[in-house]
Amino acid sequence: MRIQINGARIIDPASGMDQQADIFIRDGKIVAIGDMPREFVAEQMIDANGLIAAPGLVDISTSLREPGYGRKGTIATETRAGAAGGVTSVCCTPQTKPILDTPAVVELILDKARDEGSCKVYPLGAFSQGLAGEQLAELVTLRDAGCIAFTNGLVPFASNRILGRALEYAATFDLTVIFQPQDASLAEGGLAHEGPTATFRGLTGIPESAETVALSRDLLLVEQSGVRAHFSQITTARGARLIAKAQARGLPVTADVAMYQLILTDEALMDFSSFYHVLPPLRSLEDREGLREAVRTGVISAIASHHQPHEADAKLAPFAATEPGISSIELLLPLAMSLVEEGVLDLPTALARLTTGPAAAMQINAGRLAIGAAADIVLFDPNAQTLAGENWLSKGSNCPFIGHHLPGLVRYTLLNGRITHKNL
Amino acid sequence: MTPLAPKCPLQLNDQGRLRHFLSLDGLPREMLTEILDTADSFLEVGARAVKKVPLMRGMTVCNVFFENSTRTRTTFELAAKRLSADVITLNVSTSSTSKGETLTDTLRTLEAMAADMFVVRHADSGAAHFIAEHVSPNVAIINGGDGRHSHPTQGMLDMLTIRRHKGDFTKLKVAIVGDILHSRVARSNMLALKTLGCPDIRVIAPKTLLPVGLEQYGVNVYTDITEGLKDVDVIIMLRLQRERMQGGLLPSEGEFYRLYGLSEQRLALAHPEAIIMHPGPINRGVEIDSLVADCPRSMILNQVTYGIAIRMAVLSMTMSGQNEQRQLDAEKQESI
Repeated sequence: MRIQINGARIIDPASGMDQQADIFIRDGKIVAIGDMPREFVAEQMIDANGLIAAPGLVDISTSLREPGYGRKGTIATETRAGAAGGVTSVCCTPQTKPILDTPAVVELILDKARDEGSCKVYPLGAFSQGLAGEQLAELVTLRDAGCIAFTNGLVPFASNRILGRALEYAATFDLTVIFQPQDASLAEGGLAHEGPTATFRGLTGIPESAETVALSRDLLLVEQSGVRAHFSQITTARGARLIAKAQARGLPVTADVAMYQLILTDEALMDFSSFYHVLPPLRSLEDREGLREAVRTGVISAIASHHQPHEADAKLAPFAATEPGISSIELLLPLAMSLVEEGVLDLPTALARLTTGPAAAMQINAGRLAIGAAADIVLFDPNAQTLAGENWLSKGSNCPFIGHHLPGLVRYTLLNGRITHKNL
Repeated sequence: MTPLAPKCPLQLNDQGRLRHFLSLDGLPREMLTEILDTADSFLEVGARAVKKVPLMRGMTVCNVFFENSTRTRTTFELAAKRLSADVITLNVSTSSTSKGETLTDTLRTLEAMAADMFVVRHADSGAAHFIAEHVSPNVAIINGGDGRHSHPTQGMLDMLTIRRHKGDFTKLKVAIVGDILHSRVARSNMLALKTLGCPDIRVIAPKTLLPVGLEQYGVNVYTDITEGLKDVDVIIMLRLQRERMQGGLLPSEGEFYRLYGLSEQRLALAHPEAIIMHPGPINRGVEIDSLVADCPRSMILNQVTYGIAIRMAVLSMTMSGQNEQRQLDAEKQESI
């Protein structure tokens, strides 16, 4: 299949390119940008005048819910939702049933993704067996089966000694470890950021120190073990500063933040709406400003959806009894554009944090528009609007942005030169 | 991002009258005063030989208690009966939920029995809000206490106690002592006192029992009870739960009593005519000395009596707010 994309403004953060040019695709790969290659005859033309062409977005934390939680989502539905949000690569989380700690589950996910998926799927393996934090999962076997990194999620290791050894083992084989820093005892029973809103509404607070205590410990263990580490879902300004300091002293750690964390604050909990129940929690305005600054400077090099779809019942209970998480992968691009519109990020930086940043953190070959690279491309209209919730694709409608008009509209998403999403 | 249309206050009808009673947050001073005035008039009913008024005849009030309670449940029952309503009381903690039924299913089942009003107590903050949002809008929801969040009828009965015995809120110093962190009573009292214009609201506790962000309530925070009780007109003691000794909040009941318990010596720091209140049940010798709890200035039993009147006021006002809304909806329907 030969495709010609005409007239788009191409923004490729990897190369720094920002110009209007044509893109030529053959056999799923980009063969030229700018001048048409000789003997190229397009079978399909996409008129992209007025549109921006960027690398397909790379989302490094997506709960696809399969296997095991088909009521919440499947690989087919959630990657399709991702395509609508401009995403072409997702890293799927290990909290499946059974847990993603054996090669069989990896194979199942990869097979399904190949057959039914609308994104490339990169599994994140469980760091410990059953995510119990007691015994290492077979990390090398899992890597060989296709896991690109390992995480224990919010579940703590049974002891610092076990964690330290796990990191040393991972370092031996140059594996990437993802931390979600949250001290379990400081966060115990917590539902919301420990602050005025939680106090007013009587919700048990999770103090800032739940993140910073765990993060400080993790950074020291990372330094000692020499493991390659990524810190996922940073929520506090002080946490972001701890990452910045570690990077400044030469520790090669990377970090990401949830997209919704850059937009919402804990004040959203004022009406007890379970849509805002997320873990780690929404933080204060000062935290949000600190996170935004860290994203601007690149201390936090990736923005992820932290997509967690749920069936309606999971959110239909008093706040404390609801399951945490927001479904928003299909709004990833428009939500990024809302940050651009608000002046938080310029467009190339916003795109970098959704493409090159996450791809580099997970060492996956994605997130750039280069000759010879896979034709994973998003074409979006920066001047059109997305009405969130119209044609909702995720199985989870647990999204507080539904009903809002967001800036930017994904017109096409291409995966290996195949159109996975079209909205004209 | 374009904001959505703001939600109208859940507990008010289109005329700004009560249709649910979920929290004191957002209720204006006039409404709190009206509740107190109405309760005052019901206190006279309670003093009569025949204690019933026919305001809620034919109505069904359903007490749904997901958490144990004696005085709140009983006083709600009495209040509803004195208004001539039919009352059923369900201790749900021991029935449906243990069979795995969800909260919404339990409530829909009760709704199908044509209850007009639910009085709900639940261990989760926000439960009453959730229920008000998810049951039929014609059923009034009264919050009988939700988690740490709110206990608005307790707040109002405390205000009635203060007004009847101390008068004008704008001249009072009121101290709330003890476990502020876990207390829905403290939160409701702070809101009510602020709305009613009390100029000096004090909270007194060790830092482990003080939640962050108390400044939003306009209160003065003390960790030293000697300083905090100075010249106050009202002392509200809070119940200290046994489980607070675990988890490092306090070393022991003994040390808590030594530092924060209301003894006669400490009472002497307050205004000579200061009154003593407690939502009950009291822990003698933990937060309050028996001599103080039983002294003439103790309002602890008056609070129970006033609780019935407050609950009658809230039930009847909410019922009429619901009826008014039903009429408004019918008129709207007709005009279409």
